[in-house]
Amino acid sequence: MIKILKYSFYDLVRSRWSYVYFLFYLLLGFVLLFLNNELSKAVITLMNVIIVLVPLIGTIFGVMYYYNSKEFTELLLAQPIKRSSIFLGQYFGVAGSLTGSLILGLGIPFALYGLFQSNAIWDFSLLLITGAFLTLIFTALAFNIALSNENKIKGFGYAVLVWLFWAVIYDGLFLMSLIVFEEYPLDTFSLIVTMFNPIDLSRTLILLKLDISALLGYTGAIFKQFFGTDLGLFMSIFMLFLWTAIPVWRLGYVAKRKDF
Amino acid sequence: MIQVKSLHKKFGKNVVLAGLELHIDQGGIFAILGPNGSGKTTLIKTLLGMVLPNKGTLSVMDSPVKNKWKYRQDINYLPQIANFPGNLRVKELIAMIKDIRQKPSNEQKLIDLFGLEPFLDKKLSNLSGGTKQKVNLVLTFMFDSPLIILDEPTNGLDPLALIRLKELIFKEKAKGKTFLITSHIMQFVEEVSDQIVYLLEGKIYFKGSISELKTKTGQSNFEHAIAAISTYNSHDQDIEI
Repeated sequence: MIKILKYSFYDLVRSRWSYVYFLFYLLLGFVLLFLNNELSKAVITLMNVIIVLVPLIGTIFGVMYYYNSKEFTELLLAQPIKRSSIFLGQYFGVAGSLTGSLILGLGIPFALYGLFQSNAIWDFSLLLITGAFLTLIFTALAFNIALSNENKIKGFGYAVLVWLFWAVIYDGLFLMSLIVFEEYPLDTFSLIVTMFNPIDLSRTLILLKLDISALLGYTGAIFKQFFGTDLGLFMSIFMLFLWTAIPVWRLGYVAKRKDF
Repeated sequence: MIQVKSLHKKFGKNVVLAGLELHIDQGGIFAILGPNGSGKTTLIKTLLGMVLPNKGTLSVMDSPVKNKWKYRQDINYLPQIANFPGNLRVKELIAMIKDIRQKPSNEQKLIDLFGLEPFLDKKLSNLSGGTKQKVNLVLTFMFDSPLIILDEPTNGLDPLALIRLKELIFKEKAKGKTFLITSHIMQFVEEVSDQIVYLLEGKIYFKGSISELKTKTGQSNFEHAIAAISTYNSHDQDIEI
């Protein structure tokens, strides 16, 4: 698996798109720092960008890479390698290079700005950790979709739908349900619903870490009580981990039983 | 060398292999022929473990194929479409396959044979179809394995490369290797193959030498004999009725 990972990674690291992605974050990082002149505000703006963009790029890249390397995958399948190693290797290659672009692209401007002397380092690290998780999660979802759909157009369509659902539609449904059931106590409900969406979970986690939960009113206080504690943080990270592990496991499971 | 017992495979409702039985001994060149969609590629892919059979057992060199992968160390396979990751250079791709196989290889000889030296530092996405097929051939032949499977090896090759390929096949055959070849170029098949395995409707319809095929169908031309074989048996059955 390590070998496949290595080659997929090399292949991607040299593709133009990885650089575009990397340069985009680099530029974003510099611009935000110069415009905001303050680390924690830059972190909030970055969060808004990352939370939407990272899943989108992960999904599109994952689907694209899978379909593009189809013939190559067939060549590898005829080599003495375990099937799961091929797919997991490719997956971690894609997710790894995307995460690398994200961490380096944002890390460089922030490090130059003097991140290591500032208090925002934990907020910033959390931002990068959730960004990395979101990349892993959505790339894994994309690989699952591509693996289950021979038709590229369908695969792309489903992948974009999945992204749209978790980034936009889910929140809409969530809000609607809050309005419909407004007469009931919804604290636990909203906590649980937030836990099940990796994007919402990441957003909540960062917002609460930034100590601006006061802006969120009563619900914010409840959220703070949960997410602000070590248990909450642990649970959140655990949920993100589950979100990564289950699609990755399914990837191996389906790949083992598929005809090529 | 290869044992296939009552192999069944269907894709959805489409039955591709229906109780196929095949026994192939070591040494010699076996051409797998049949009309489009008769299951040639599916048969090859089940041997490689890329397609999983619904029923039946396969073994390659006395080792069962199911859920195994180490046996592929003894197989060299040339896939039908040579499409490689575009960002890699030819040299890197060869190095990568060597790294994966961990076997001694003689790629330099093959690179000289097919005149690939000027392309070694080029990216794979910039190569023409024929050159990609040559790279594909180098990757297939650079290891010393007892079983070599070629799926449409002549695709896109220029005449010189085709001659080199035939020489290469004969040279490897002389070492006692076994070849499975599919091709739609009958002239190529007639020149290289020792035995014909003819697939029809998911079963082996005919297995034997070219001369046997010619006498059986009463045709003196190989191409016509192949064309006649599928009609031959139905004719036979008519007489029986």
